[in-house]
Parts: sequence; C-alpha cells; structure tokens
Amino acid sequence: MKININGSTKEFGGEKITAEELINQLNLNGKRFAIEKNGEIISKNYFRDIYFNDGDKIEIIGAVGGG
Amino acid sequence: MEDKISNINDKLIIAGRSFQSRLLIGTGKYNDFKETRAAIDSSDAQIVTVAIRRINLGQSPNEPSLLEFLPTNKFTYLPNTAGCYSSDDAIRTLRLARELLDGHNLVKLEVLGDPDTLFPNVVETINAAKILVKDGFDVMVYTSDDPIIAKQLEDIGCCAIMPLASLIGSGMGILNPWNLEIIIDKANVPVIVDAGVGTASDATIAMELGCDGVLMNTAIALAKNPILMASAMKKAIESGREAFIAGRMDKKLYSASPSSPIKGLIK
Repeated sequence: MKININGSTKEFGGEKITAEELINQLNLNGKRFAIEKNGEIISKNYFRDIYFNDGDKIEIIGAVGGG
Repeated sequence: MEDKISNINDKLIIAGRSFQSRLLIGTGKYNDFKETRAAIDSSDAQIVTVAIRRINLGQSPNEPSLLEFLPTNKFTYLPNTAGCYSSDDAIRTLRLARELLDGHNLVKLEVLGDPDTLFPNVVETINAAKILVKDGFDVMVYTSDDPIIAKQLEDIGCCAIMPLASLIGSGMGILNPWNLEIIIDKANVPVIVDAGVGTASDATIAMELGCDGVLMNTAIALAKNPILMASAMKKAIESGREAFIAGRMDKKLYSASPSSPIKGLIK
C-alpha cells in the first residue's frame, strides 16, 4: 500500500493503517502536529478510528519559525 | 480628527485578550531556537508569530521543536499564513493551525499577491477573512495601507488591522505615515503596523502616530546583535507610546520660540 505523506510516497504493509499506527511508525509520538487526510483535518480524538488506505494523500504539519 | 482618549496604563486588548507588551515578534530568520527565545525574552513580547509547515519526517525523534523553546502556556501564539497566495490556502493553513494548537483561534491572516514584493492580495484577504470570522477565528489581518480596505476588514469582523509600513523584510521604515494616521483615526479595533520596520526609531514613529502595537521579525532577527535590538525595540515601542499619549507640541514653521525667558537679559 502506498500513501503520499507530505509530498513523498511511502510504502506500508497491509491494506490499511490507522492514524495512530502511522504516527508510531513515523516516530512522531509525543510531538505536536496536525494531520490532514485528502484535504480533511483529522481530529486528534479520532487517531485510533481513522484509517489510511492506498492512494491517500496525507499532510502532517507543525509550527516553525516565521514572521 | 476624532479624539480617542488613551491612558499610559491601557493594555493592548485584542479580541478580549489583554497584553502588557505592544511589541509582537516573528520567530523566523534567527540562527537557532535558543537565539529566538533570548531575543523574545529581551523584548518582553507576549505574542509570537509562527508559520505552519510540513514537518520534517526524517528528523531525529529528539530534535528540539520551536514549541519546546516557546511554550504555549507562556506565549500567545499567532500562527500565520505566510506563503499563501489564495484564500483557500490561507483558510486551510489556519484550520490546521487551530487543530495543532488545540483549538487556539487567534491567527494572523495574510494572503500574498506577488512573490517579489510580498504585497498583500486584498481581494483574496477579504474573501478569507469573511470565511474565517464566520468559522470562529479571531483574525488579525495583514493588509496594505489602504484605509478603505482596512475599514472593510474591520467591518467583516477582524479583531486587529495590521497594515504594512513598507515591504515585508525590507527594513524601509514608515513610508506613508499619512495613510497610517487615517487608518488609525477610523479604526475601532487595534491597528498594528506589520512589516517594514528597520530600526528602533521606525517603531517609535509608528507608536507616535497612534498605532496600538508593532509586529516585526527581520529588524530584530537580522540585526548584528538580535538580543540587543530586541531590547531597543521594547524601549522604542514604550517611548513612542508615551510620546503619543503625552501629546506632542504643535509644529511651528518660521515661528521660533525661545525656551529661556526674554526678560532680565544682561545688558
């Protein structure tokens, strides 16, 4: 299964993966970020319930220095 | 001009939030987060702008983040939409920012129109402001120094109007004090000069005009000594505010007036 994350395609085993599993695999536990799936924001409260499938486009964003 | 009575103890009130400092600071262009934090501490600023970007997925898990250096319980974050050229992109960015910051709804809207000048696209800005205000955001809006557009943005419900003094990052100072004065005179929400300040005297001029605050980034971050410049800016803002409230003397062209008594001259 291929998922596009922040503009790069990443390969994952299986047919689907929860947001929580994806966060674990990307070593993002404990970090502050927000996730968008195919243009829709995924609330933190639903990370266990939301699945990502082949072809999904994910954005994971954070705060950086800016004026 | 309409008289608005100001008091030196007045706090800066933005959408019901109260701030002692009238200096708002951008967090870009510093050498590292340590310097960013030191400059902000030196300035006593309470509001800090941040950009929203894709996180670096390759980074090591222990790499520090801006949020660790600027805790959200100590500073008021103002996520911006820098780099957005359409209302859709700006709205999307700020909705993500709200999710990132656990529902924090105070934001800086800027929709750019041209990559060379970074002039705002006011049509797209107005479109985005309407939707964001309706969606519950407290919108501080970067705009041109056009008083008509400034008023329209206030009427839409923006909680602060932030006209440029000159181009973003240019350090060219206050290029059109007359327009800023009109905007300030007509506004019923805080007016904060955003962009163009180059050195401390620029910030003082903005405050002497009656601005409620000044937002700056490059003037501090690219100073030879950012931490010292941050301190200079704090004083410049306070000085300009005091001078504005004190009320300057009238200018008298061709009418000199001695400060010492004319009587009792030694003859």
